[in-house]
Amino acid sequence: MTDTIVARGLVKAYGDVRALDGLDLTVPEGTVLGLLGPNGAGKTTTVRILTTLLRPDAGSCTVAGVDVLRDPQRVRQLIGLSGQYAAVDEHLTGFENLEMIGRLYHLGRRRARERARELLERFNLSDAADRPAKTYSGGMRRRLDLAGALVAQPKVLFLDEPTTGLDPRSRLAMWEVITELVREGTTLLLTTQYLEEADQLAHDIVVIDHGRAIAHGTPDELKRQIGGERLELTVGAQEEITTVTAILEAIGTDRPTVDEETLRVTVPVTNGPTALIEAVRKLDGAGIAPTDIGIRRPTLDDVFLQLTGHQAEDHSTAPQREGARA
Amino acid sequence: MSMSPLTAISDGFVVAKRNLIKIKRIPDLIIFTLVQPIMFVLLFAYVFGGAINVPGVNYREYLMAGIFVQTVAFGSGLTAIGLAEDMQKGIIDRFRSLPMSRAAVLLGRTSSDLVNNALVVLVMTLCGLLVGWRIRDGFVEAVAGFALLLFFAYAMSWIAATIGLSVRSVEVAQSAGLIWLFPLTFLSNAFISTDTLPGWLQPIADWNPVSSVILAVRDLFGNAPAGAGRGSGFPAEHPILLAVLWSVAILVIFMPLAVNRYRRAAAR
Ligand SMILES: Nc1ncnc2c1ncn2[C@@H]1O[C@H](COP(=O)(O)OP(=O)(O)OP(=O)(O)O)[C@@H](O)[C@H]1O
Ligand SMILES: [Mg+2]
Repeated sequence: MTDTIVARGLVKAYGDVRALDGLDLTVPEGTVLGLLGPNGAGKTTTVRILTTLLRPDAGSCTVAGVDVLRDPQRVRQLIGLSGQYAAVDEHLTGFENLEMIGRLYHLGRRRARERARELLERFNLSDAADRPAKTYSGGMRRRLDLAGALVAQPKVLFLDEPTTGLDPRSRLAMWEVITELVREGTTLLLTTQYLEEADQLAHDIVVIDHGRAIAHGTPDELKRQIGGERLELTVGAQEEITTVTAILEAIGTDRPTVDEETLRVTVPVTNGPTALIEAVRKLDGAGIAPTDIGIRRPTLDDVFLQLTGHQAEDHSTAPQREGARA
Repeated sequence: MSMSPLTAISDGFVVAKRNLIKIKRIPDLIIFTLVQPIMFVLLFAYVFGGAINVPGVNYREYLMAGIFVQTVAFGSGLTAIGLAEDMQKGIIDRFRSLPMSRAAVLLGRTSSDLVNNALVVLVMTLCGLLVGWRIRDGFVEAVAGFALLLFFAYAMSWIAATIGLSVRSVEVAQSAGLIWLFPLTFLSNAFISTDTLPGWLQPIADWNPVSSVILAVRDLFGNAPAGAGRGSGFPAEHPILLAVLWSVAILVIFMPLAVNRYRRAAAR
């Protein structure tokens, strides 16, 4: 497997702000890299450099084997980009937007029109094809913008926060489209603030903060980095806590932690389901009925919080991940 | 990697078409672009028409070339605003990520603004003819006059393009694109004859490119005064030559400058 996107030691400073501070990235062919980071981490700067829009102060990068800094025009023929802000011309119709892009990719008039129609169909925009884009909703614009990135059927795709501002349903639809593209063999670099999204779509994740990669791995690896499964239990009465703590101590791999306020007791375990069954049996024997009990696996939120010391932005609107609780 | 000039032209055509669609979709825009020059022709004809005297020529006729040139010069502000807007909306980023010619967005923008300017000139011509302005020279000279006017307008668009790509917002483009045009157009022979100016201002006004273009257009339309009313020195004697040279010089300087700004343009 060859590496389709490679960046080495990217540095970009704006005055005193080091937007990128020696960033390394590798995206193997046909895989998805999720670039994750809080506001101002340097995600957009990275995408802009890799897509020839911005020159780094230092470092090098190649896309599909082509040196981005030395031969940007060749790179532009190979990539598709959908930036953080949908760049559609609002006075043109959806069709005209895509046709224009096709012509600027030098597909020729006929092919550009065909391709525009294909994409409008694929993105469910056929009904709105002949309306000026300014009448489109945010989600429709976003889809049109993504369609614009796909006009020349690029093998390498850059999507900067493709689902920001979409409602949960549109987001799921966007995920489907992206998954399909990847299945067809597209190599994708995706930035996001939604941990769910990276978890769903990315094979590999690079967490960046202050322009540096602070963690790298598969979603599972990252979660494992901050610990395995935990058994979490909430009781109804203060008096039960001592008994529960004793029971959990025997089951877990470490001392339980107790939250007196919420009456919650948590303990790390090696095998979630086995521990859960054992706990339920013992609690039943002791005559204690917990108000809540479950296995908790670390989410990328936990990873993020632990690594950056701050919460990922506004992830509350992301669709809930299933299976976090047993 | 450079692309063939042919690619630049065909890409520029695609971009120009896109800009013209916008004009078509927002008819109010073109109406207001046209209202101002019409208003100018009428106001100058009736308010100032009798107040200022330039010896040896009908002042209304004298004025028309001045209003023409001033209007197309201010029309170049559209180029600055249009590009700043595209940059702010991220459209320039989209273009810059495509394998298209680096000059195409600018060629397209300046061309569509030229079409706009031509439309404005046409409407002003009709309006001027209605209030009594007459072209007093031959047909060929008149065509040459309009061609020179639009050539200068096109050159000015490239200055505006450079400004539009250098500023950070549409609002700034709106003022930065227009403000320098006030001294440039008023410190000229547009509305007065330069011999009425204080001595030290006269050569400045005479050598002002705008004055050369105006005098050249006046000559070609047969509306120019004789003698002192033309200003003095070389510019008074060779306005057409100077007007062409100035326009070519502007293009030679500002085309590469604007393309360079475009390459670096960093939206947001
Ligand atoms: N044109 C610019 N001028 C000055 N500073 C800039 C510029 N562009 C980016 N920066 C700074 O560089 C840093 C990285 O910005 P970048 O846009 O790459 O972050 P991001 O990870 O995409 O953030 P977000 O999640 O908000 O989109 C920020 O501190 C930002 O303020
Ligand atoms: Mg960003």
